[in-house]
Amino acid sequence: MVAVSIFTRGFRGRRRDSGRQLPPGQYLTEDFPVLSAGPTPRIPLDAWEFTVTTEQSESYRWSWTELMALPAESITTDIHCVTRWSKLDTPWRGVSLDTLLGDVETSADFAMAHSYGGYSTNLPLEDLLDGKAWVAYEYDGEELAPEHGGPARLLVPHLYFWKSAKWVRGIELMDQDSPGFWEQLGYHDYGDPWREQRYQGD
Amino acid sequence: MARAAVSGGLKARRAWRPARLVERWPETATASTLVLDVPGWPGHQAGQHVDVRLTADDGYQAARSYSLAAPADGERIEITVQEVPDGEVSSYLAEDAASGDAVEVRGPVGGWFVWRPEVSGPVLLVAGGSGVVPLMAMIRARDGISRAPFRLIYSMRTPQDRIFDRELRRRANENSGLEVSFIYTRTASEDETRPVGRITADDLVSHGWAAELKPTVYVCGPTGFVESVSDLLVGLGHNPGRIKTERFGPSGP
Repeated sequence: MVAVSIFTRGFRGRRRDSGRQLPPGQYLTEDFPVLSAGPTPRIPLDAWEFTVTTEQSESYRWSWTELMALPAESITTDIHCVTRWSKLDTPWRGVSLDTLLGDVETSADFAMAHSYGGYSTNLPLEDLLDGKAWVAYEYDGEELAPEHGGPARLLVPHLYFWKSAKWVRGIELMDQDSPGFWEQLGYHDYGDPWREQRYQGD
Repeated sequence: MARAAVSGGLKARRAWRPARLVERWPETATASTLVLDVPGWPGHQAGQHVDVRLTADDGYQAARSYSLAAPADGERIEITVQEVPDGEVSSYLAEDAASGDAVEVRGPVGGWFVWRPEVSGPVLLVAGGSGVVPLMAMIRARDGISRAPFRLIYSMRTPQDRIFDRELRRRANENSGLEVSFIYTRTASEDETRPVGRITADDLVSHGWAAELKPTVYVCGPTGFVESVSDLLVGLGHNPGRIKTERFGPSGP
C-alpha cells in the first residue's frame, strides 16, 4: 500500500467484513447492478449464432441448439466491476471456451469478443483458455436475463467484468492486440482487478 | 481511436489529486452539490465522472464515482451526490463533510457518455432521479456555446425530488432552445395534468424528438428506468447506436 498523506476528517467508513478479501478499491454488493453503454439488444434464439474467426479468416459456427448440445459446466465465482462493486459466489452455467476453441486451428495470441449491439472487448487468448472463461447462458438456475447479457454472455471472472462481454456473438482471433470498446475510451487493456488495472496507465 | 479532449495527458488523468471542499448546498432533502477545489485539474467534458476517495485516520479508504455536474471553473469542479441509504461515501459527502475538508479525486473518467458542444444535432436527455446530474452538465456546457436544440425529460417520484429545480425552470424560460418536461411517478403537483406514473412511449413522443430527426439520446438513471426508456426509444425507431446510456444500481455509490 502506498503511503497515505491525505486524511479525510471525520471519515470512518462502514466496513463490511465478508470474511474474504476483495480486490483493492472494491466494495461488496448483494445486488446485481447493470452497466451497459446502450440499449439492451434482443436476440431471438433461432437467429442466434456464435462464431469463432481465426487470423486466417476461417470461421467456426454454433447455432443455439448446437451450443446447448455441448457439455456445460456450473461455475460459482466472484465478479468484480470496474465501477467498484464486487459480488461473491455468483452461480453460472455455460460452455467452457476450452470446448469451443479446442478444435480451432490458430496461432493467434489475442482475441476480440464481439457482441450483438456492436460492443467489443479485447483479451489475450490465453485468458480465455484453461478453465478461465465460458459462454454463459444461465444465472442462478434461470436463463440469463437480457439486461445481464442474455441469451449468452462471455464470462471471464478473473478480469474486470466489462471483459465478460454481454450478448456475445463471437470471438475474433488476432495476431496483434487491438483495443475494444471501453479500451478505446481509456479503460485498461488487460483489466486485472487484483492489480487495480481500471484505466490506461494503471 | 477516441481521445478525451483534456490537457495534461494520461498521467494527469489517472493521478489521485488532493482536493478540498469549498462549498456544499442541498439540492433536495437527500441530494447535495459539492464544489471541490482540485489543484491541477485537467478539465473535462460534459457527462464524464470523477472518482472520489476518502481516507480514514487509520488508512482505510473508500472510493466511488460521481458524475460531474458542471463544466470546470478553472480548478473547481462540482459534483451532485444523491445520498444512498447506508452509503459509505455518499453519506459522508452529503452530511459530514465541511468546507476545507480534504478528499482525493481522480479523473475525468469515461469518454462515451459525453456531449461535445461542436456536435450540432438535436439532443434528447432522459433522466431518472439523480441521473439528471451528468445531463445537467451537458445543459450547462451548452450555455452560450452551442445552439444545438436540447430537450430534457426528467422523471422522479415527487416534485420535492427535483434536483436543479430553479435553474432548470430559469433556463427553460430563456427561450434558448432548451425545453424541459417533468414526469412524476408517485405524486404530482396540483397543476400537473399528466397522471402520475412511469414514463411511457407517449411521453417520449410528446416531449422528445422524432426518430427521423436523428437526435443523439442520453439516458441516465437507475437500471430499470434506463432499460425501459431505451427499449421504448428503440421501439419508436431510434437507432440504438445513437442512444447512450448510463445506469446506476440500487447499491451504487
